[in-house]
Amino acid sequence: MNIRAQVSSVFHLDKCIGCHTCSIACKNLWTDRKGVEYMWWNNVETKPGTGYPTQWEDQEKYHGGWEKNGRRLQLRLGGRGGLLGNIFHNPRLPTMDDYYEPFTYRYGELISAPAGNDQPTARPVSMISGRPMEIQAGPNWDDDLSGSGIYAANDPGVLHLSPEQQAQMFAVERLVMFYLPRICNHCLNAACVAGCPSGAIYKRGKDGIVLINQDKCRGWRMCVSACPYKKTYYGWATGKSEKCVLCYPRLEAGEAPACFHSCVGRIRYLGVLLYDADRIETATMQDDKDLVAAQRQIILDPFDPQVQAEARKAGIPEQVVEAAQRSPVYLFVKKWQIALPLHPEFRTLPMLFYVPPLLPVVSEEHLGTQRLVDDYFTTLENARLPVQYLAGLFAGGNTEEIKAVYRKLMAVRIQRRRITVGDVSESEVAKARELGKVSAEEIEAIFRMTALTSIKQRIVIPPMLREQAIEAGMDPERYKQEMGFGSRRPPKRRW
Amino acid sequence: MTDLILFGVLPYIAVTVAVCGSVYRYAVDRYSLSSQSSQFLESRTLFWGTVPWHYTIVPILLAHLLAFLFPAAWGTLLGRPLRLYLLEISGMALGLVAGVAMVVFLVRRAGNPRIGAVTTVIDWVLLAVLLLQVATGVYIAVTLRWGSLWYLHTTTPWLWSLVQLDPQVSYMAVMPAIVKVHAVNAFFLLALVPFSRLIHMISVPLAYLGRSAQVVVWYRR
Repeated sequence: MNIRAQVSSVFHLDKCIGCHTCSIACKNLWTDRKGVEYMWWNNVETKPGTGYPTQWEDQEKYHGGWEKNGRRLQLRLGGRGGLLGNIFHNPRLPTMDDYYEPFTYRYGELISAPAGNDQPTARPVSMISGRPMEIQAGPNWDDDLSGSGIYAANDPGVLHLSPEQQAQMFAVERLVMFYLPRICNHCLNAACVAGCPSGAIYKRGKDGIVLINQDKCRGWRMCVSACPYKKTYYGWATGKSEKCVLCYPRLEAGEAPACFHSCVGRIRYLGVLLYDADRIETATMQDDKDLVAAQRQIILDPFDPQVQAEARKAGIPEQVVEAAQRSPVYLFVKKWQIALPLHPEFRTLPMLFYVPPLLPVVSEEHLGTQRLVDDYFTTLENARLPVQYLAGLFAGGNTEEIKAVYRKLMAVRIQRRRITVGDVSESEVAKARELGKVSAEEIEAIFRMTALTSIKQRIVIPPMLREQAIEAGMDPERYKQEMGFGSRRPPKRRW
Repeated sequence: MTDLILFGVLPYIAVTVAVCGSVYRYAVDRYSLSSQSSQFLESRTLFWGTVPWHYTIVPILLAHLLAFLFPAAWGTLLGRPLRLYLLEISGMALGLVAGVAMVVFLVRRAGNPRIGAVTTVIDWVLLAVLLLQVATGVYIAVTLRWGSLWYLHTTTPWLWSLVQLDPQVSYMAVMPAIVKVHAVNAFFLLALVPFSRLIHMISVPLAYLGRSAQVVVWYRR
């Protein structure tokens, strides 16, 4: 056993209202510079939709993530020699047109225009060349456009469905959508790390945050292709790749990451998980449908005395184990098993988990869902949002995983309905609990964690032990003379 | 006198500038080391520039280097006419392709406004110097036949005399002007390394072939 700690998160999709506040908080803090305008380390997508960059989930096109090659796992980009052979021109690199060309407007022309009969206009201009441009796309261009023949219909997840299911999703009365906020998953088996020719990308041992060493990055661009989630980005002005840093300077100061802190729907949970690094390889070699269960298995119980002893042996501080015991992520992912990883079939072991959205399924049954318990559970396949679609997103195609989550979430709804409205009989609640394999107490706990928590319960930041980082990395005498941490050179091309 | 400056002094200056400049840049401003790739902004045309360019210029450069480092082996290799013809023909072909690639680079950089946004003065200087180098190289290969052989008796001893700190300028002084331009320009290119995107040559990521797939960094352990 080789225990490590990982700062992980859960996004509760039923609570996401698609307001993009998280994206704006992140943009203002991190990517408000020349060359990175197009980067959205946090973005919110409408599903079904093509996403950002366009069709990022289509690995036939981008060759991101891992694939099984006999008994070994190999990057879909190819072996190491082949990857280096493509270093001069990476054939799988998405270009700016796959994201969007960043733009601004010539606002000054609104006031500087000479007097005339026409209303002055602010022309859109490219933020790259500065020339006037026709705006063709943006970071959330398909926002709310479910049912669109251009966007939703080209969602790679939709394209994998049967024609009947596709028709069902696009029937006007049954149109359905939900929001998918995405940040870097800080994977256990990160493909960006494995693909970096310079070895600039690394996982921090203490907390599992994946970072790009800006001094080591040489702009070979392989991480951009290797990451199946397209969450590393190439900075076109500096020639360096950048990615979500999980706001580690904020975490080290005990603050929630900006996107978590600003989340209006309070959908974001953060906590530390203990896992067994020795079992990563086994977990990534399972069949697609078993990947979720395998990933759950390598996450360890922080209350287990044996795990605690092993953690101590591995040098994980007591406070971190304590934080793991209070981790909401552990509850959602391991104890209740209602949060699932995004696209586990990419085999990177993403450590950001999603509670799948229940709402579209419930609304399928108009006129009192709770009266139709039996029907509801037997007709999950015909639900407004096909279970297969969700299984493609969150379970490597394993519909049973999705159904198990939904049965549990429905049991929560039905029991709470009995308590707050009272029009459900106890026998119906009992039946829902039995189907959902969940106890009455657990339901109350899920309900409280979903709806009634304070920020301190939702976001449990382990001590980040910054003091050790300073000791190890720098001569304290030298550090004393510096003014604050971080790079004091502007991120610009200088040579 | 001019020959002495060009072939006896300039090479030392160029090497000093290249080494000191690169070491300085690596030590002090490591953040600036990058391939400065513009593939993200424009990919399709770049393919026809960068792939032919790198896959032709690297072997050509290696051939120059091998003939300098191992003249005896190189001489043996070219001892038979067939091998000599094959090497000369492939060298010429590679050079021609490199020249075409250079033109693609120039056209792309001049014609695409997006690429214009990431182009600096030194980029233009570098392109011009490289084009001159390729053009003179191809011209020499075509007009002054069997360069791969006479190189061994002119350039190689001159370069070795430079290494031995006893510059024998006479080897180069008798050469045609075009060869002189090629040689001087080569050292000028070398001097440009620390000041341009050529710096990416010092970070060829061969270590990637041997490292473990995952990289974990601990505070202390």
